[in-house]
Amino acid sequence: MKKKALSLALCAAMAASLFVGCGSDKAATGGESVDTSGELTWRIGGIGPITGGAAQYGQGVMNAIQLAVDEVNEAGGINGYNISFNFQDDEADQQKSVNAYNTLKDWGMQILEGTVTSGAGQAVSAETYADRMFMLTPSASSTDVTSGHDNVFQVCFSDPNQGKVSADYIKDNELATKVGVIYDSSDPYSSGVYQTFAAEAQAIGLEIVATEAFTADSKTDFTTQLQKCKDAEADLLFLPFYYTEGSIVLTQANQMGYAPVMFGVDGFDGLLSVENFDVSLAEGVYLLTPFAADAEDEATKNFVSKYEEQFGGTPNQFAADAYDGVYILKKALESAGLTPEASAEEICEALIAEIQKVSYDGLTGEGMSWNDKGEVSKAPKAVIIKDGAYASVD
Amino acid sequence: MGFLTYLINGLSLGSVYAIIALGYTMVYGIAKMLNFAHGDVIMIGAYVVFMCMANSGMPAVLSIVISIVCCTALGMIIEKIAYKPLRKATNLAVLITAIGVSYFLQNMALMLFGSNPVSFTSVIKWQGISLAGGALKITGNAIITIITCVVIMIVLMWFVKNTKPGQAMRAVSEDKEAAILMGINVNATISLTFAIGSGLAAIAGALLCSSYPSLTPYTGSMPGIKAFTAAVFGGIGSIPGALIGGLLLGIIEILAKAYISSQLADAIVFAVLIIVLLVKPTGILGKQIKEKV
Amino acid sequence: MNLYKNLNKSTQKLLVTIGVIVVLYIVMSVMESTGNLSSLMKGLLVPVCAYSLVAVGLNLCVGYLGELSLGHAGFMCVGAFSSAFFSRVFQETIPDVPRFILALVIGTAMAALFGFLIAIPVLRLRGDYLAIVTLAFGEIIKNVINVMYIGKDSKGVHFSIKDQLSLGMDIDGKMLINGPQGITGTPRQSTFTIAVLLLILALVVTHNFVNSRTGRAVKAIRDNQIAAETVGLPVTKYKLVAFTISAAIAGLGGVLYAHNINSLTATTNNFGYNMSIMILVYVVLGGIGNFSGSVIAAVVLTMLPELLRGLSTYRMLIYSIVLIVLMLFNWAPAILKWRDDHGLTTAAILGKFKKKEVQ
Repeated sequence: MKKKALSLALCAAMAASLFVGCGSDKAATGGESVDTSGELTWRIGGIGPITGGAAQYGQGVMNAIQLAVDEVNEAGGINGYNISFNFQDDEADQQKSVNAYNTLKDWGMQILEGTVTSGAGQAVSAETYADRMFMLTPSASSTDVTSGHDNVFQVCFSDPNQGKVSADYIKDNELATKVGVIYDSSDPYSSGVYQTFAAEAQAIGLEIVATEAFTADSKTDFTTQLQKCKDAEADLLFLPFYYTEGSIVLTQANQMGYAPVMFGVDGFDGLLSVENFDVSLAEGVYLLTPFAADAEDEATKNFVSKYEEQFGGTPNQFAADAYDGVYILKKALESAGLTPEASAEEICEALIAEIQKVSYDGLTGEGMSWNDKGEVSKAPKAVIIKDGAYASVD
Repeated sequence: MGFLTYLINGLSLGSVYAIIALGYTMVYGIAKMLNFAHGDVIMIGAYVVFMCMANSGMPAVLSIVISIVCCTALGMIIEKIAYKPLRKATNLAVLITAIGVSYFLQNMALMLFGSNPVSFTSVIKWQGISLAGGALKITGNAIITIITCVVIMIVLMWFVKNTKPGQAMRAVSEDKEAAILMGINVNATISLTFAIGSGLAAIAGALLCSSYPSLTPYTGSMPGIKAFTAAVFGGIGSIPGALIGGLLLGIIEILAKAYISSQLADAIVFAVLIIVLLVKPTGILGKQIKEKV
Repeated sequence: MNLYKNLNKSTQKLLVTIGVIVVLYIVMSVMESTGNLSSLMKGLLVPVCAYSLVAVGLNLCVGYLGELSLGHAGFMCVGAFSSAFFSRVFQETIPDVPRFILALVIGTAMAALFGFLIAIPVLRLRGDYLAIVTLAFGEIIKNVINVMYIGKDSKGVHFSIKDQLSLGMDIDGKMLINGPQGITGTPRQSTFTIAVLLLILALVVTHNFVNSRTGRAVKAIRDNQIAAETVGLPVTKYKLVAFTISAAIAGLGGVLYAHNINSLTATTNNFGYNMSIMILVYVVLGGIGNFSGSVIAAVVLTMLPELLRGLSTYRMLIYSIVLIVLMLFNWAPAILKWRDDHGLTTAAILGKFKKKEVQ
């Protein structure tokens, strides 16, 4: 009898948990911009990796959006309505990113500020395009995310833009005659920037003497790639990847006694705030960034100090782009004069028209505007690291 | 000269693989299980060293000792909770549990240490030597890693051969049932193996991150898989096999990158592995399994 | 009812499984058409079937062939990329329906071909050595796909393993496979109906296979290879057949997966060893040699992290703990005994559910 009671109890518990699951699903589907708490709010969703190997980028974006949303709500919201914000994890995986998007749709999302990574962005932008959901990505820089999707806009500059600007900059300033490239051949972002860099280099007659790759599976040891660039007598290394690997490359080049000019792209931003990193290694490194955490202007100072206080750690360019993203949405929504009563499609169509008209001054650029391809107008700007801080080169 | 440089880089990378592979191979030899969580114990070990050195300013040696103690304890706890209850179940069940433990450690580390990478200060202060008028440079990290690896291997082989617990390990690995009959405490022996393997993981973590100084909660997983491959390469269960497998894997990886294609290096390494296993189906030093009818 | 009772036990089980799948299918379809199904669930229907298929394929290899494969995501990858490539190339020239059927055939056939080619050398190895070679194979596939650049322009098809630039394409050219950016713009043709039909097909095929003469021979080889050799069974041939079928089913799962997502890339998480291991988790948790179990485990473990989304960053931590606990609950001898004593065997729990359904 006792056995039976126990097993029945267990079954009941299982069945109950099933129903609980269903219940919460229903509540979510019923959302459709009607807040369950009775108050009408903007529903902005975010997608990015907050677990898995790319977690540091996603968490930065999540925190920064939260920060901006809190600020906006404190200051009276957008057109008088507060923002509700929901961020979902995608582990930088495409299928999981689509799952995250669907979860947000069930929650009643009206605008998507995501995705963080390009690979996931390629998959999600096809979904948002079909659903007519406005999508503003803080950091997915691949053109595959925006191309053919009129509803997708980028806060960061795109891959081709970066590759081209880098090659031109190196040529124009005569930084080097022989260029070596190391890139991540398993990453869409890194190889995307490399492709356009190589194409532009060929067009303007910049000589690439060594092209070396690494993959996500072997990104600890760069000695061989560095050695080959050294043997090819490259006097500048173009490094289109993230600062996590960047810090290793700099350390290993230093150990080898190889000191070419190092030229990173926007992924290198964050290098100086890697905990315990010997910043003297980064001395003289060029990188493209729209944002410097130690800039003196009021807006940046406010953002950085609030971020540090609330989440710890220095915010990087991903976070700054995401923070700007919220204010860009605010500006566009205000000039469109919308309220959260509008459906996601209505908001989408209105924002597509409106974002191409606005001009926005943010942390990551002055007078940002957008064209119909979803690209932002701000030009990638090269900075050099001097005395452990960014210094403008112009 | 180029070739020599590559060879030394390969040896240096290989010796890191080898130390990790030792942990895999010992556990496999005795418990017949693939401990997929080993790479993540390495990551935890590296974080402990980092905390001690960078945050508390302790000397490198003391930090490593603390890390060894922590990892040993962690290894024994994991074994007790997750693996021991499954000892009589199929090997596959333990394998999956090990994967669960691996996810757990990664996500635990994500909670505790955050997702941002930290830059690991090398535990080795020595800059290394330069030969042939500076054309050939060998870093202190490489030299110390290779020496440590060889020393650990010799000590382990001596331990397994000449001490009572070591002999018990060999007996358990040879025939568990017979070992029980001989009065060997199998559970204690397996626990001891996990303790040693995890202690080694702490050293491996410190050396891995000294050479490749970016530490995140996922640092351990890929070197873990590579080292597992190295262990199989050398003949899993064999202690010198782990060393040879690790070194060869490191050298092949570097040479493939240097002379064939850095884009296809992963594919080449694995292709060589397949070819070797086809010629020697139980790895380089592996024992032929006798099949009983 | 008599007809049902006359069937042997495993056929009865198969019919029950198919029945449950069909019921679930109908329930889901009704919910979808009445608008009661959440977007998340709708989005998960096809992937769940795809994972289930790969798990069924792997279970054939692990459960009946008795060999541990850590490379089934590689076969899934071959199926996915070959079929998506085909669909992209002929997107304008062949109408939708025949093209998708052909894509299914091509993806499955390519996976089977790779399975066959791999199996010839690999099946000479035993146990964990075989596991590592399959893992190596999966990694090679992933690595090679990541450096493949194929483009098409007015002059024809260009191929390179270096970069896009070296293709030397005209401006009007379009990329078919763009290295790590993979294949973008695969037509979305996998529907839940097709997925369910394929899953049922795979279950019937595997069921018939393991109960056929060949299947019985494979089981004999698994249980005792030397004995099987002694009675004159052509061991290699039977092993080859089983491994090839297993790879083909995984490839079929890959085709479904590829035609459900706009953009296909090969990363560690979706086609690398992480996925291989995930599929293995489905197989072991669902019961080695138990095809229905694989499907159930695939469904449960795909849903679980999605349902845990509310926990934000704690999600994967909780997931890993649940995984460990489930493994102990299902496999630890001591716990199994306790469950036996308290009437909590799997059969008993399932029995309770069945009774509830009847009520």
